[in-house]
Amino acid sequence: MSATNQTVQDHGQHHHHKDLAHHFDTLEQQHDANTLGMWAFLLTEVLFFGGLFAAYTIYRYKYSAMFEEASNHLDITLGATNTVILILSSLTMALAVRCSQTGQAVWTGRWLLITIFFGLMFLGVKYFEWKHDYNIRLMPGKDWAGKDFFWWQYAKKAKEMEKHDKGHSHALPDPKDVLPDNHPSLGIKGIQESQQARLFFLLYFCMTSLHALHMLVGFVLIGIIAYFAYQGAYSPDYYSPVENIGLYWHFVDIVWIFLFPLLYLLGAHMGH
Amino acid sequence: MASSEHSTHQPASLTLYLGTFGMLMLLTVLTIFAGFQNFGMWSTPIALGIAVVKAALVVVIFMHGYSSSPLTWVIILASIFFLTIMLGMMLSDYVSRGWVI
Repeated sequence: MSATNQTVQDHGQHHHHKDLAHHFDTLEQQHDANTLGMWAFLLTEVLFFGGLFAAYTIYRYKYSAMFEEASNHLDITLGATNTVILILSSLTMALAVRCSQTGQAVWTGRWLLITIFFGLMFLGVKYFEWKHDYNIRLMPGKDWAGKDFFWWQYAKKAKEMEKHDKGHSHALPDPKDVLPDNHPSLGIKGIQESQQARLFFLLYFCMTSLHALHMLVGFVLIGIIAYFAYQGAYSPDYYSPVENIGLYWHFVDIVWIFLFPLLYLLGAHMGH
Repeated sequence: MASSEHSTHQPASLTLYLGTFGMLMLLTVLTIFAGFQNFGMWSTPIALGIAVVKAALVVVIFMHGYSSSPLTWVIILASIFFLTIMLGMMLSDYVSRGWVI
């Protein structure tokens, strides 16, 4: 792997390219087989995320009005910023693969590290977003005392307050001023609404965190490939690992391309 | 044998990648703009339509679909096919049988 000047090895009577495995006839065939295998993995990933998209589809269909209102509690500006950052990271990844195809080993490594940088930026934005969602009690689940943590009336009140001071202060509502989600005065409809909103945020957290988990895995893999790229392991004849990590990263980008409008933009037309 | 010793996948031009990035940015702006309009029942098809175009750009250019082997395309299309089966058949059930949900 490390010898870059030694391109041809003599194995008995055959001449083999140093990067060509014995069971392939040509580099081209080897590359196509590698790509095919990666795509087969991505097919399973499509169906993996597909399960969550299926759950989303059902409840979006069933509770469309409430999903639109719940979606309005997400920050479109942050979602859009992250979309731009992630597409930018896809571009730098494409450039990394291109540099490995043209034999620019150092730049392959550099573009890969820049891709990780943008990925970290994405997760940084996501951190502040999740933190805010958590603070206004949008995270489904129980608290340490075993009581419901998710609190729709609280989130609604927080949003109202934000609207009033136009983002000047970030004061949160006093819990004492907010009705519990199952308060009889809300009526059956009000109680059902909080349950439907909870479903939206359950899907929101599951989908965005599964996506973020894929990015974390991506960082490790890209880091490893970047290391080998700096070592000069790849050449225009053999760059399948770079190509495959690229496929993985672009797939993660595609998932976000669908998540952004499906989670953030449902209620945009109703005004914020 | 001489040509087969080398991978025949030529790198795409920088202009193509930058142009694709520009298109993806443009479509992101478009999807946000469309989100703020009230298209009624067409909102979701429009948003998904734009997302599909963006995904197609990523698959064909960034993921080198344009130079992928026919066998790779079988897998790419199979993933869309199976996803359609999962979503389509499930939805047909939920939409047509009101008493299920």
